Amino acid sequence: MADFMLWSWLAGLGVAGVSGPLGCFVVWRRMAYFGDTMAHGALLGVAMGLMLHTNLTMGVMVVSSVIALVLLLLQRKQTLSGDTLLGILSHGTLSLGLVVLGFMSQVRIDLMGYLFGDILAVSVADVIGITVGGSLVLLILTKLWNPLLLMTIHEDLARAEGYPVDRIHLIFMLLIAMVIAMTMKIVGVLLVTSMLIIPAAAARNLVRSPETMAVAAALIGMVSVTLGLAASFYLDTPSGPSIVVAALITFLLSLSIPPMMGRHRTLFAKR
Amino acid sequence: MTVAIPSESLLLAARKVDFHIGGRKILDQVSLEVHAKEIVTLVGPNGAGKTTLLKVLLGIHSAPATSVWRKPRLRLGYVPQNIPIDSIMPLTVSRFLQLGMHRESVTTIKDSLELTGVAHLFDAPVHGLSGGEFKRMVLARAMLGKPDMLVLDEPVQGVDYSGELELYQLIGTLRDRFGWGVLLVSHDLHIVMGATDRVVCLNHHVCCTGKPGHVSNHPEFRELFGDPVVRSLALYHHHHHGCDANGGHGTQT
Repeated sequence: MADFMLWSWLAGLGVAGVSGPLGCFVVWRRMAYFGDTMAHGALLGVAMGLMLHTNLTMGVMVVSSVIALVLLLLQRKQTLSGDTLLGILSHGTLSLGLVVLGFMSQVRIDLMGYLFGDILAVSVADVIGITVGGSLVLLILTKLWNPLLLMTIHEDLARAEGYPVDRIHLIFMLLIAMVIAMTMKIVGVLLVTSMLIIPAAAARNLVRSPETMAVAAALIGMVSVTLGLAASFYLDTPSGPSIVVAALITFLLSLSIPPMMGRHRTLFAKR
Repeated sequence: MTVAIPSESLLLAARKVDFHIGGRKILDQVSLEVHAKEIVTLVGPNGAGKTTLLKVLLGIHSAPATSVWRKPRLRLGYVPQNIPIDSIMPLTVSRFLQLGMHRESVTTIKDSLELTGVAHLFDAPVHGLSGGEFKRMVLARAMLGKPDMLVLDEPVQGVDYSGELELYQLIGTLRDRFGWGVLLVSHDLHIVMGATDRVVCLNHHVCCTGKPGHVSNHPEFRELFGDPVVRSLALYHHHHHGCDANGGHGTQT
């Protein structure tokens, strides 16, 4: 197998290992659309990065974080409902990113690569970046795990017990921004959220505790990356979407497994 | 602080708390005290500011430091009104008890569940619990922190009628055993009136406060809850006293 395949595979595994556990919180906190909005904004980050000749990953992280902050502030005002706001910002920033990129005719841009990922263009430097960034994200997530879990279940309870809820929330947003910047390379801005959500959802029926769900989500993501890349290599399918399709298949398979939490069909059960 | 030195048994006190949300005055000069070993019940119509007051007392909403006094190193156990746990969150009863800063041994967790009568649910997923079982689980978690005082918001919400009585009895029994001060919010007047030491009637301001019998005769209380309710309470009390006079075999409610 060619070297570039090895780097792609390693990068994919690294990203899956981080987006699985973080994705569990995205799913638990019902933030799927929120993550999507941050991811769409990432394209604007790419455009800004290109325009200012800075590191694209930094550009993506900064813009995604800013979008997250704006969302938090606007949601507090509550003049518009949450999902309307998300819809506006999600498509607004995506289009803004495309328009800005359109102005830069002098730069040769692989737009499809940004939208749907270009894992086969992963370099050694990318793998190192993902390893370092991913380890950092996992380290912080482990430190915050217990309070984050408590405030996911009941925010006021966490506040009453003295946790700095707002600060933890902010750090969590920054972690998502970091993961988006890393995952973008693999599956592209349009599919980033799928790597956060699908492995986590697929893991749900296999586990009984939040911790095992995080581990299972990471493993399922890794399997999806492996299968998707293999398909891409042998069948010549686009790599990003192939990974997502592989994740989708594992999710569908997980539905056929009887849930471990007893009497409940978990995913589609009423609250 | 301009307040006299609090008595030994005082755990928590609100002194003329004002609180606004979005320009609307929710709490107006509310004062309240909770002492050790007493059950104080906050009653009042919907939207009277009961939950807001609890949140101010718990420090969830911030209020001027001078308006809320807590005994130094007071340990508070909080049982919120409602904890909706999405079914996509895998969680067992024992894991729920370990949420947050509690790092307790299996024995301690089992003991706590034993005290609230749900030890058999140790390994059960939280999603299958009945309303009463769920409340007992949350109560067991609150007890893990060895609290001096418990704050319960609508502790019997979502619990069936006989379960309500049992739950109030349980709270009373545990209070006797551990000497907690208890502050609870309820709008179920019938049960509350029998199971509480002091009632505080809140409608943005404190309308009246005192022993259950005293409060239910207060004009402002009557106005808030309407005559039919008050009459039914009077009947209830009559019945209650009757039981006591007959040797007290009627269960305390």
